[in-house]
Amino acid sequence: MADDLFGEMVYLDNSAATRLDERVLDAMRPYFFDTYAVATSDFGYSLGVEAREALDGARSDLAALLGAGEKEFIFTSGSTESSNLALKGVALALGEKKGKHLITSAVEDFPVLNAARALERQGFTLTVLPVDSEGFVDPQALEAAFTPETILVSIQHANQEIGTIQDIETMAGMCRQAGVLFHTDATHSFMRLPLDTGQIPADLVTVSAHTMHGPRGTGGLYVRKGTPLAKWMDGGFQEFDLRAGVEDIAGAVGFAVAAKLITLEETERIRSIRDHLLDRLLGEIPHTTLNGPRNRRLPQNLNVTFHYVEGESITLQLDMRGFAVSTGSACFSASLEASHVILGIGGDHERAHGSVRFSLGRYNTMEDADAVFEALAEVIPALRAISPLSPKE
Amino acid sequence: MKFPYNETVLEHFKHPRNVGELEDADGRAMEGSPACGDMVSVTIKVNDDTHVIDDIKFQSYGCASNIATGSIITELAKGKTLEEARKITWKQASEELGGLPPVKAHCSVLAVEGLRAAVRDYEEKHGLVTEQDPTTMEVVRKRLKHVMNPLSGLDIVRTDLVKAIEVHSGVARVLVDLPSNHQFAHAIKDDITDKISPLWDIERVDVNFTE
Repeated sequence: MADDLFGEMVYLDNSAATRLDERVLDAMRPYFFDTYAVATSDFGYSLGVEAREALDGARSDLAALLGAGEKEFIFTSGSTESSNLALKGVALALGEKKGKHLITSAVEDFPVLNAARALERQGFTLTVLPVDSEGFVDPQALEAAFTPETILVSIQHANQEIGTIQDIETMAGMCRQAGVLFHTDATHSFMRLPLDTGQIPADLVTVSAHTMHGPRGTGGLYVRKGTPLAKWMDGGFQEFDLRAGVEDIAGAVGFAVAAKLITLEETERIRSIRDHLLDRLLGEIPHTTLNGPRNRRLPQNLNVTFHYVEGESITLQLDMRGFAVSTGSACFSASLEASHVILGIGGDHERAHGSVRFSLGRYNTMEDADAVFEALAEVIPALRAISPLSPKE
Repeated sequence: MKFPYNETVLEHFKHPRNVGELEDADGRAMEGSPACGDMVSVTIKVNDDTHVIDDIKFQSYGCASNIATGSIITELAKGKTLEEARKITWKQASEELGGLPPVKAHCSVLAVEGLRAAVRDYEEKHGLVTEQDPTTMEVVRKRLKHVMNPLSGLDIVRTDLVKAIEVHSGVARVLVDLPSNHQFAHAIKDDITDKISPLWDIERVDVNFTE
């Protein structure tokens, strides 16, 4: 267990960023020092052909993991770029031709939400679907929101803060039926949940390496064959002429290796650590509420509100004890705004301010869960003892 | 390790002084609201002859800078006269703590306001407030500077949310530049009412929104 100022950090913020796996780094290394050439065509020089083969290999591995063809996956700089390309690319391709209506949900992560709002400022109409108290979008509400002008629906696969898994199979099916394109942000679910584009009729899927012990700055976008998508970053003809720029071969290789390293067994191990922590927190610390659903939840995610205390105080107390977690409190964020997800599920500000997210990864153990629980069992009563909101004994 | 606060702030955060609530307090105040994410309560025990603050306690629902400022403010005020305590500023508290991040000013200023409000509460209860001037627009505006705009963490006057103030025969009207269905509309309305309604000649507070 970490002591006050020195010693090992127990890192529980894996949905924000993850520690790189050494095996990923080993796989990437040759593309920095040996095969560092730009990816060339078959008629280029041999070092360039080797680079292209590595890129194509990584692409076909990742596409296969999504049940897709190798020409249906493009590399990007991460999920922010992927979601921006999906939304703005479709808007640019279909806005004038077909219509200017977009649909998304209130709990999307910022790339989708803010790309949609940017398009709204450009004259598109935006419907933001509300969610229920556990964060679920009602598929019936989606169907009711379709208009003849609707061109794209973007509903995430699983939520970044409270882990809610949306019924994207049903919603993507509704879109297919209505002739509307469907994008899903799978940044937090890719490889942790089944996601087969052969089964789920999504047209665009955002994924990223940074949430799976892969390199930061590498992401991808699944683009179903025939999806109208306009290129908006101009330059060369890379990535099937959808995304210009010299390819990051090392990043692509690292992403593919990182994705392949995730196993069902590991995910189940993480889920059991999460469940253990969830049971202890809700069972042993009074006035603690689970944010998000108990089931149909991302296996690595836990989010609770400790009532009567403020999140930044909790995270700082934990930090001083060697634990890294995040909170939906306004005080913690650079923008000083409370979590739009907690507010979106109908929580008040007090619920957002006292919320703490634990997101687990490969390097977490059952001991970590017990250690952070023990720390919280000290910190929460101590902070409540000085809070004017605490119920009187 | 790199923490966002200096050692003194962290020390007061970890071991806040004078925490709690004085049961038989002579003056008490609560500043802030859960909507803004920070609240401070201050209770004081005052010697009726010397007007010296004999005892003081605070409670905090807030971040580290809020807790640390609450703690330091009780140390600064204890043993001081009401007159001296009222003059303690946020700047003084911040300096005593070795500096606070500017972005956290709004969380920490609450403790200073809490102390001043507790002093005022004592004075009002003990008939020490002689001036019963009629409430003017300026008085209302001054009080509105204690209402936070949760979008920015600054007060609603400074962030231009107050479009109009009217005071007429016991009714104070405040027009706020937000849609009435805005996520913070309700919290801001409650906060404005809490701050304005204690004024001695105000019977009703009307908060309206521009949309």
